[in-house]
This record gives sequence, structure tokens and C-alpha cells, in this order.
Amino acid sequence: MAAPTNTALDLSAALVTAPVQASHWLVILPVALCIGLGAILMMLRDRTALHGWIAIPGLALLVLIDAALLYKVAVDGPVTMVMGRWLPPFGIAFSADLLGAVMALAAAIVALAASLYALGEITTSGRRYGFFPFLMLLLAGVSGAFLTGDIFNLYVWFEVLLISSFGLLILGSEREQIDGALKYAVLNLIATTLFLVSVGCLYAVFGTLNMADIAMKARVPGNPAPLMTLAGLFLLAFGMKAAAFPVNFWLPASYHTPRITVSALFAGLLTKVGIYALIRVLVMLLPVEHAGLGPITAIVAIATMLAGVLGALGESDIRRLFGYVVISGIGTMLAGVALGSAGGLSGTIFYALHSMVLMTALYLLSGQVARLGGGFSLAALGGLYRQNSWFAGLSLVLFFAACGLPPFSGFWPKVILVKAALDAGAWWIAAAILLTGFLTTIVFGRIFLLAYWRPGSAQDIAVPQPIAWHAGLPLAALAALIIGFGLFPERLLHLTQLAAGGLEDPSAYLHSVFPEGAAQ
Amino acid sequence: MEVVFATLVGLFFAAAIYLMLSKFSIRIMLGIAILGNAVNLLLFTAGRVTPEVPPIIPAGADMLDANAANPLPQALILTAIVISFSFLAFLLVLTYRAYQDLKTDNTGEMRLAEPEERPLPPLGY
Repeated sequence: MAAPTNTALDLSAALVTAPVQASHWLVILPVALCIGLGAILMMLRDRTALHGWIAIPGLALLVLIDAALLYKVAVDGPVTMVMGRWLPPFGIAFSADLLGAVMALAAAIVALAASLYALGEITTSGRRYGFFPFLMLLLAGVSGAFLTGDIFNLYVWFEVLLISSFGLLILGSEREQIDGALKYAVLNLIATTLFLVSVGCLYAVFGTLNMADIAMKARVPGNPAPLMTLAGLFLLAFGMKAAAFPVNFWLPASYHTPRITVSALFAGLLTKVGIYALIRVLVMLLPVEHAGLGPITAIVAIATMLAGVLGALGESDIRRLFGYVVISGIGTMLAGVALGSAGGLSGTIFYALHSMVLMTALYLLSGQVARLGGGFSLAALGGLYRQNSWFAGLSLVLFFAACGLPPFSGFWPKVILVKAALDAGAWWIAAAILLTGFLTTIVFGRIFLLAYWRPGSAQDIAVPQPIAWHAGLPLAALAALIIGFGLFPERLLHLTQLAAGGLEDPSAYLHSVFPEGAAQ
Repeated sequence: MEVVFATLVGLFFAAAIYLMLSKFSIRIMLGIAILGNAVNLLLFTAGRVTPEVPPIIPAGADMLDANAANPLPQALILTAIVISFSFLAFLLVLTYRAYQDLKTDNTGEMRLAEPEERPLPPLGY
């Protein structure tokens, strides 16, 4: 079917080669830098003392590159670079639009914070098993997924980040970790396999893998049945990756088992890649089918929110509790995807960015809670406020942000989402978001009451303990971001609105991939 | 031809899902191996099964014959085979390690990360 129509097109424009503009290399640099550093760190496996001092400047450079990319995309519009100058739809394209660039920047910031924390937590044996190389390859996978413009490439980057996450998850090989890793590995592998199935069928329908090409071809009305099925499969596959309700049980089984740094990275990055892919594929590529799936997505979103927050209410281990908070956050993001309006999408993007920073900070916090209080169980913790009142204040900032209470960054996306839901007449979605926020407040109130205010047991009598710099610095930096974007949200709001607008009307994105309309 | 392939893919998927629903981790691994092959066959079929012409431009012509086979699915399958093979290798080692450490291959008994009897959350202040 594809062959005869292709031969009729004038493809001469696709074969014209011109040198790549220097600034276009920015699109590929985040991935190339991560893979390169990962390779260097692997070669230095005998000199693990150097690892941290190479990885941290490397990640700082990554933050700068991603910031430059975001600046360029914000000024000039979406940027595309095609491998080997085989112009689309033949070559493999890397396309960065606002959504991809801002998510990549947030991922780099989160990874930099987590790697600082790792200096104090990952021991020599952890480094020898390859913590920093795995971290770099995980970042390569995450950045690649955010920046690629080719749907099969998206699958490949998913696999890159998945195999690195396996390596990180079993770092230390405790029995509990192997148990959690087995469930995580099997279920996530099934999810990516489902994704591959949908990609194969999408290729069968459209005869192309380039996202911009698919987006154009999907806007031409055709037989709706195969695309509707595919959209459902994509929803299932990415929902599983993002831990949406009926397929979320791998997350509370595995996220509390690895090292704190690893949990923090996972909570900050991995589920959000699923949400990103869901937005990219359903909203931008298959908008008609996305609208048709709206009611189902809304039900999934509400169920995820409530399942997450009710799970958190019943949990007494704070690491597992935070795992359930991740799930309820995913539900809130899905609510915006279900609404599908520009307001809903910009709320989802804002919430995703907020949640990347916040969940990483919360997991890092749980590590310090365990160090000060001697364990993770709410039944045993107590007296943290007397141990270190600065730390308690910082915890309260993060808890308020997690509940979505005003002066912090969790407040704005919820306001946008509730308003978008009311504008669309979906009062039940707005009610579910507000109810979840209320229950989350009880969850975090309970933690603060029991772990911080309750008179402690033995440790309470000890002298107040300071927090080491490699734990305090990333926590303070992430909290500063949360406070900053809570007090001055205009910039980020504007940015997320533009990103959502670019998804609703991807003409700028399409133009960056097909400057001369090569495929048409 | 496509009907035969589609039926075969369906059978592979059915067998894979049946095995993955098992309690025993080694059967789950066998299911995942079959699932990977089912997906490869599906990709192959999705690229249209055309027996006629290899995708080579004949001398004197400047475009492919309309009946030429599509080379892209082969490239995709090659990638997918490599990935699914490496993942299967990792998972087999993980399963073996889990069997050694947890002394069971019954996933119903693997409750270390999520113990069945957990203490109640604190009920009072």
C-alpha cells in the first residue's frame, strides 16, 4: 500500500543535502554527552573515586546544554536535526519542541541533585557495580525519549532507560531488592513490548515512523477502527509505564527497595517519561482518537488519584508512602490529559515538572529522615523537629508543595487543572482533584505529626545532628525551585501554555521537520 | 499469506499470555521469550508479506518496483530481536538469582518487598 503512493511523490527535496547548522547540534548533544560520559566512567571502573567528580560536572554541563536548548526552542521555535542529512521521512529525526526541551531540562536538574546526594550515599562497592555509568545511561535514555522525533526511536530510548534502571534497581543485591526488581522488570518489559506492538501496527497503517509525518497523515480522515484500537493500546502501554491505576502495582512493590538516590531518580524521572509519551502520542499524533478515549482516560485518572492517595493513607513506611504519592500525582496529570484542552494540558505539563522536582526531593528527604530518626516506619519515628528544626522547616515546605497548598509550586497546576475541568463542565474531575488534595493533606499532616512533633524515643535525647552538605545542598536547591516557582509562576505558566499550544496545533513542529514540505 | 501469519501471531500471543499468567517465574520467562517472537512476527507481517521482488533497484531504473518487499520492517525486527534477546538474558539471570536467594520460584511466595503481615500504622499520637 505504501510503496505505490510513495513513488508518485516528488522526493527530490529530501535528497538535497546542506550542512547542518551548528546550533542544531544542541538537540543531539544531551544524549551524546550522557552516552560519552557513561562510556568514560565504565572505562574508569578501577578508579571509582573519580566517578563522582566526573559525573557531577558532566551533569552540570548537561543542565547548561538543556537550558541553552530550551532558550533556543523558546526563541526560534521547534528545532529538528536529522541523522546523516537523510531528510524526513527517511532519516531518523531528533526534534525538540518546548515540551520536550523543558522536560529534558527538569530531568537534568533532578539527576544533578540526585548525583550530589549519591556522593554521600553510594559506597565504593556501589560505585564499582556501576552506579554512575548506569545513571548516565539512564539520563541518555530519558533525554533521548524527550527529544526524539521518531516513534521507533522512542521505543529504543525506552529500552535504554529500562535496562539502566534494572541495573540501578538491583545495585546492592539485597534479597528484598531482587524480589522488587523481578516484578518491576517483568511488568515494565511487558509494557514496552505492548508499545512495540502498537508502533508496528502504526507503521502498518501509515507507512512511516516519523512523528511529524504520522501527525500529518492522522489528520486526514480515514477508517477510524484500527486507529482507535491503537490509541487504546498506547494508553495501556504508557499507562503501565506511568503507573496508572489498574496497572500500577509494580511501583509500590519495587520503589522502596533500592538505595534512596535510586528511588529518588526513579520517582522523579521514569513515570514522567510515560506521561510525556502519552501526551506526545495521544494528543499530538492521534488527536481524534484521543478525544474518543477521553471518558476512559478520565475514569483511569480519577481511579489512579484515589487509589494512590488511599494507599498512602494506609501506609506506615514512609518510602512506600511516597510511592503511593507518586501514583496519585500521575492520576492528577492524567486528568489534564483526559480533558485534552489547552488549559488541561498546560496544567499537566506544569504538574509533571513540579512532580519531577518534588518527588526526587521527597525521596532524598526520606533518606535523611531515616538517618536522623533511625528508620522508615512511622510507628517508630518521632522527635525529628527537636533533632533539627531547619530540616523540619524544609520538610514542611516540601509537604505543603505535595499537598498543593498555596505559596509553593504544587498549587498552580492544581488551580489550572480544576479551572480547566470546570470550564469543560467536568465537575467530577475537579471534585476528584480537590478531594485528592484534601486527602493528601491528611497524609502529610499525619507524617509531620507523628515523625516530627511526636516526642521521640531514644534518639530524641541525643544532640541535634547536622545534615551533611551533599544531602543538604540538593535538598535546599530543589526546595528553592519549589518555592521559586510557587511565588513567581508567571514564566513557567507562560512556557507551559506555549508548550500545550504547540501540541494542540503542531504546525510549527511539522514545519521544523518538513521545512519545504518534503513529504507532501 | 497474511492470514496465515496473523493466525500464527495470534497463537503466539495466546501462548505467551497463558505462560505469563503462571505463578512460576521460569514459566513467565518462557512466556516473555515467546512474546518477543510474537511481536517480531507481528512487525514482519505489518510490513506486508510480499514474496515477489527484493528491494533492489534494477539497472536502468531509478525507482523500486511497486511489488518490492519493504526493507524497513526487517531493520525494525533486527533492533527488536537484539533488545528482546538482551532483556531475556538479563531476566533469566535475575530469575536464577531470585531462585537462589529467595529459595522459591513461586511468585506467590515472593513477599519480601511486600510482606503479607505488616504492622498496623500508628493509630494514636
